[in-house]
Amino acid sequence: MKYIVLLKQTPDTAELPKITPEQALAGNEGVTKVMNPWDEYAVEEGIRLKERYGGETVAMSMGPEEVNEALKSALAMGCDRAVRLWDEAFEGSDVWGTALVLAKGIEKDGGADIVLTGKMSVDGNAGAVAHGVACKLGVSLLTQVAKIVEVTEETITVERLLDEGRETVVAPLPAVVSVVKEINEPRYPTFIRIRKASRAKIPVLSAADLGLSPEEVGASAAKVKWVNLEKPAPKKRQVVIIEGETPEEKAAKLLDYLMNVEKVI
Amino acid sequence: MSVLVWIDQFRGRVQPASWETLGLARTLAEDGRVVAVVIGEGVENVAQDAIAYGADAVLLYDDPLYRDFRFETYNAALKDATTSENPVLVLFPATTRGRDLSASFACTMDLGLAPDAQAVQVEEGRVVVKRPVYSGNMIATVVVETTPAVVSLRPRTAPMPEKDASRSGEVVKKGAVIDGSQVKTQVVGFEEKEAGEVSLTDARIIVSGGRGVKGPEGFEPLRELARVLGAAIGASRAAVDAGWISYDHQVGQTGKTVRPDVYIACGISGAIQHQAGMRESKIIVAINKDPEAPIFQIADYGIVDDLFKIVPALTKEARKRLGAS
Ligand SMILES: Cc1cc2nc3c(=O)[nH]c(=O)nc-3n(C[C@H](O)[C@H](O)[C@H](O)COP(=O)(O)OP(=O)(O)OC[C@H]3O[C@@H](n4cnc5c(N)ncnc54)[C@H](O)[C@@H]3O)c2cc1C
Ligand SMILES: Nc1ncnc2c1ncn2[C@@H]1O[C@H](COP(=O)(O)O)[C@@H](O)[C@H]1O
Repeated sequence: MKYIVLLKQTPDTAELPKITPEQALAGNEGVTKVMNPWDEYAVEEGIRLKERYGGETVAMSMGPEEVNEALKSALAMGCDRAVRLWDEAFEGSDVWGTALVLAKGIEKDGGADIVLTGKMSVDGNAGAVAHGVACKLGVSLLTQVAKIVEVTEETITVERLLDEGRETVVAPLPAVVSVVKEINEPRYPTFIRIRKASRAKIPVLSAADLGLSPEEVGASAAKVKWVNLEKPAPKKRQVVIIEGETPEEKAAKLLDYLMNVEKVI
Repeated sequence: MSVLVWIDQFRGRVQPASWETLGLARTLAEDGRVVAVVIGEGVENVAQDAIAYGADAVLLYDDPLYRDFRFETYNAALKDATTSENPVLVLFPATTRGRDLSASFACTMDLGLAPDAQAVQVEEGRVVVKRPVYSGNMIATVVVETTPAVVSLRPRTAPMPEKDASRSGEVVKKGAVIDGSQVKTQVVGFEEKEAGEVSLTDARIIVSGGRGVKGPEGFEPLRELARVLGAAIGASRAAVDAGWISYDHQVGQTGKTVRPDVYIACGISGAIQHQAGMRESKIIVAINKDPEAPIFQIADYGIVDDLFKIVPALTKEARKRLGAS
């Protein structure tokens, strides 16, 4: 069995509010970057699959050189190797462009039985790359996956988390599986593994390596164009601190505000 | 100009955000047609409701093939609907299923996708969308370059339209549009969630607990208040990670994004990652012992006190005023 984990490098969530629209549009956010938090669950699951069924787990990301740091984190957690996909032509790709590059990267690497992704990137917030990769590869798509129940030569059985409950689904392999946080608890890498990963040489594949022509990817191929980026208008909130002698008095005052002033209850 | 709207239903129960999406379609279409797409098994009543909520017509894909939500079968039905209607826009509610299906459908049809829109406009036939990115820290304006455009609408951003049972419209019955034997994905089990819980994304009121509730039993007074108010229960990651409540209650960056009329945060400090999921709430109430807690910076009303005193007092008072059980 072979598993490929798709991961993205994104700004540290604590620093997201500091990024300005100008920085974001220039593609240089000027803040600390880490592995997209949702993708840690995908990496962990990729390693667990290898531990359960044997085989190889590969970390793959589309992005410039700085992305090697996130790939090294995946190696430190236990992935066997990493592959980076980058070319200037990839810049400005929308979700479908990104999905196409990743699908080609997977094919170039010899394919995979199971491709794992996170639920969403904390910067783009599309939650659509997994859907795109499954579509471009023409394979099964399983989303909101909270448990991988079983993998056989031909099939995968998973539990999906719905708003209404949990559903068990069987699909043929190969499959793209996007996981939710409930699926596992990502491990901390050991010191030895971090040391080893820090020295890893990560191969890079270009558009030409992937057989992609520049007009298929990047900004020009994007079906959705970002025309503006702005900070949300700050909600004018001036907190009213409710005072009172007793909890009952405070509770009554709060309900007065909510029922009679705001009329929201 | 016509607008297609997919109605999110599960076993005949419609996610209310579907009707909000239909309402938005009604305003966008102006004199044009609003066509609802209802896919499922035994869902004729959903089709009737879609008309009552503003659809001019419904394409009804009702067949055992559609009993379970599967990308292959639902995409095929949507493709059939799009081909016959030629819409400018295919709208989905940005529910969990709506986001999944819109993404899969858009890629299958090679169409541009704008997920989780909070505003949608059609300017000279082009669809322009405002959507939150960077986890709500920025708003992007995007232009979808394809016709149709595929857009999902964030729940509770458009008003709920009035239901008018006297409205009339045509229900066009469509059966299975693909051969079921070709569909390889099989749903083999389903375990329903505890009944009676109010869903977080649709909730008008949310009572949410953090590390300050101190344990699983600490959620009990919050649940009582929620019952009286008809509210849903939310939680911070700290409470979820401690195992006091299940993950589907988590609000924030790595949980759900909510925008109720009132969000009552009890024993939640208001970390930036928590704010990402609830900042858009209309009114925020914070109950916290620590007057320095960051949650007070984004709250409209605050009570600096022990939640174990305030929450039961609120329940008692609300019960008195609302006459609820
Ligand atoms: C990548 C990443 C993603 C994250 N995603 C999320 C997310 O989706 N959602 C989320 O919530 N967090 C998320 N976090 C975690 C977040 O940073 C905070 O750690 C978390 O929100 C803290 O939860 P809390 O407010 O319940 O706990 P604390 O910060 O410990 O706050 C507890 C509060 O309770 C108050 N308190 C204690 N006892 C009482 C009492 N008796 N009465 C009244 N008040 C009391 C205290 O004064 C304190 O303010 C994420 C973090 C990271 C790094
Ligand atoms: N540039 C990328 N390289 C590799 N994987 C990616 C990339 N962008 C997104 N992904 C994967 O797709 C998931 C969803 O991302 P998104 O659709 O951007 O919200 C992420 O959690 C990653 O697993």
